[in-house]
Amino acid sequence: MSIAKETLLHAYRTMRTIREFEERVNAEIMNGQIPGFTHLYTGQEANAVGVCTHLDESDTIISTHRGHGHCIAKGAEVSGMMKELFGSSEGLCKGKGGSMHVADIDKGILGANGIVAGGPPISVGSALAAKIRKNGKVAVSFSGDGSVNQGTCFEAMNMAVVLQAPAVFVIENNYYSEHTSINYAVGCDDLKARTEAFGFPVFVADGADFFAVHEAAGKAIAHARAGNGPAGVFAEQGRYHGHFVGDPQAYRAEGELEDLRENHCPLKNFRARMAETDELSEAELDAIDAEVMAEIEQSVTDAKAAARPTAEQVTEDVYIQYTATA
Amino acid sequence: MPEKTMRDAINEALHQAMEQDESVFVIGEDVAGCSGSAGDVGAVGGVFGVTEGIYHRWPDRCIDTPISESAIVGAAAGAALVGMRPVAEIMFADFIGVCMDQIVNQMAKFRYMFGGKSRCPAVIRFSSGGGFSAAGQHSQAMYQVMTSFPGLKVVVPSNAYDAKGLMLSAIQDDDPVLFFEPKILYQETADVPDETYTIPFGEANFVREGDDVTVVAFGQMVPKAAAVIDALAEEGISCDLIDPRTTSPLDENAILESVEATGRLVIVDEAPPRCGLTADIAGLAADKAFSSLKAPIKQVSAPHSPTPFSPELEAAYLPDADKITAAIKATLA
Repeated sequence: MSIAKETLLHAYRTMRTIREFEERVNAEIMNGQIPGFTHLYTGQEANAVGVCTHLDESDTIISTHRGHGHCIAKGAEVSGMMKELFGSSEGLCKGKGGSMHVADIDKGILGANGIVAGGPPISVGSALAAKIRKNGKVAVSFSGDGSVNQGTCFEAMNMAVVLQAPAVFVIENNYYSEHTSINYAVGCDDLKARTEAFGFPVFVADGADFFAVHEAAGKAIAHARAGNGPAGVFAEQGRYHGHFVGDPQAYRAEGELEDLRENHCPLKNFRARMAETDELSEAELDAIDAEVMAEIEQSVTDAKAAARPTAEQVTEDVYIQYTATA
Repeated sequence: MPEKTMRDAINEALHQAMEQDESVFVIGEDVAGCSGSAGDVGAVGGVFGVTEGIYHRWPDRCIDTPISESAIVGAAAGAALVGMRPVAEIMFADFIGVCMDQIVNQMAKFRYMFGGKSRCPAVIRFSSGGGFSAAGQHSQAMYQVMTSFPGLKVVVPSNAYDAKGLMLSAIQDDDPVLFFEPKILYQETADVPDETYTIPFGEANFVREGDDVTVVAFGQMVPKAAAVIDALAEEGISCDLIDPRTTSPLDENAILESVEATGRLVIVDEAPPRCGLTADIAGLAADKAFSSLKAPIKQVSAPHSPTPFSPELEAAYLPDADKITAAIKATLA
């Protein structure tokens, strides 16, 4: 499948943006600049971008606690996200949500989600709305290998099939649910088969390879968009960081992280493919890298200078209207 | 004015909302009924018949689901986030136990966590409360628990007229609304206009007006308290009876103004006593109307126990006329 040059440029820029955003966030957390709990997506960039390349603004995604990459891939503004992580009132969510709740409804981002498998039922609701409105939209939920063991995920998958809703379940296997291996936590040997047993096709991809994810996601999204009911994408790719920033990663085998970074890098793979096909030049890719680095640097500068929330804002935005008389 | 049951009043509100706004849809277990079976799809209309007839008029907007409460609430929340106005049915309020996350961590918090940039106009309906010998898992009042979660609005109608107006308000509301229907009242009738009307949230109803004691009651306790108050009137005791109708928002002013006038307060609810509405409103009065009080505040509630099965046990469990009467008289002793 050939991909338009413009799409390739955008895909690379987005993957690089996610990578640099996450690495910088990691550094800022270590510097004590970002409060709270943060989960980094570094290494899994091709999943988010390979999927979201097929979506427009009115298709929806719902994400996970490891949500920065999905949000960036769906068009969330990086500067607003960085301000949010810093806890500024100028952040995308006015400093009310932080890392685990980045959202931008106008861009079809129904939120990162701090509850593992909180998202799939909500995504089925968005898909159901598309079905009722007959507008050809799809709703994508990202889930990890941890969330597929939650009952809510099972409920959502079954209900999407029952309602024939255009829901796409993207399962990102990064091999660990927190500190526990998929070999332990998923009781069967074949997660793809278990998922397909719900009654929809699942397309498998190497999550280190943008082109593989793009192709698999393209099939799944086309299936759902055409009114054939839900579909799934199953992408395997490890994360480069711990479950959370600061995780000592006692579960890693010796050399595992080095191997991931060296031999399973979506950005390296993308560049290697471009060198082979000559679709994008090294100069073009280098220029993107430089622009992204500058953008991330600026976003941190802006976040550090951005307004801080005030005590009066604590009780704002709980309701649209609350008519209590006291 | 035509007399209608609470069941029919809510059903009429749903029909009228569906007619007026095509973004409204109903979803839940057996809200149509018979889906996929040899029977007539739509023949059930919910186990209590509240969604009766909707499927036959709007088959695309009356959606039977598997028994998957988390997915039902999640689907309502997600559809609402993208602009629909779902009315989901959770068959019994007790089943909040299997969809709590989708209610309290998801729909209740979207708007806040997303910095005020989302709206989630979903209504979740529940049959609620005791009186059916339905035992421990089909009898609870859960509205007092849900009232504690910011981001949710909580409605507890006590009669057919209010139920229709409150349901139409709930569907038009842009925030998530939990609507608890005391199932023991489904067949109780009241005068209910055929036309549409709304009842604002946070505005209590003075069911009776009097000078001696303020009685605040919720849901199915409102008609019980009204009967007690009517009987006491013959003994020369006159009471305000306040039905808050919504527990979130709560019409605090109505309660406080009444307490300031009477100096005596009795609160009646069918839920167990700890961290419930009787304690909540006692706390409110103690905090904000203490100097007006002439007697200790009395709370009438179920005991700290699950709801029992046997009719004799349940009758002893739920607040009744004797307990309400004794509490009112105690404030006058």
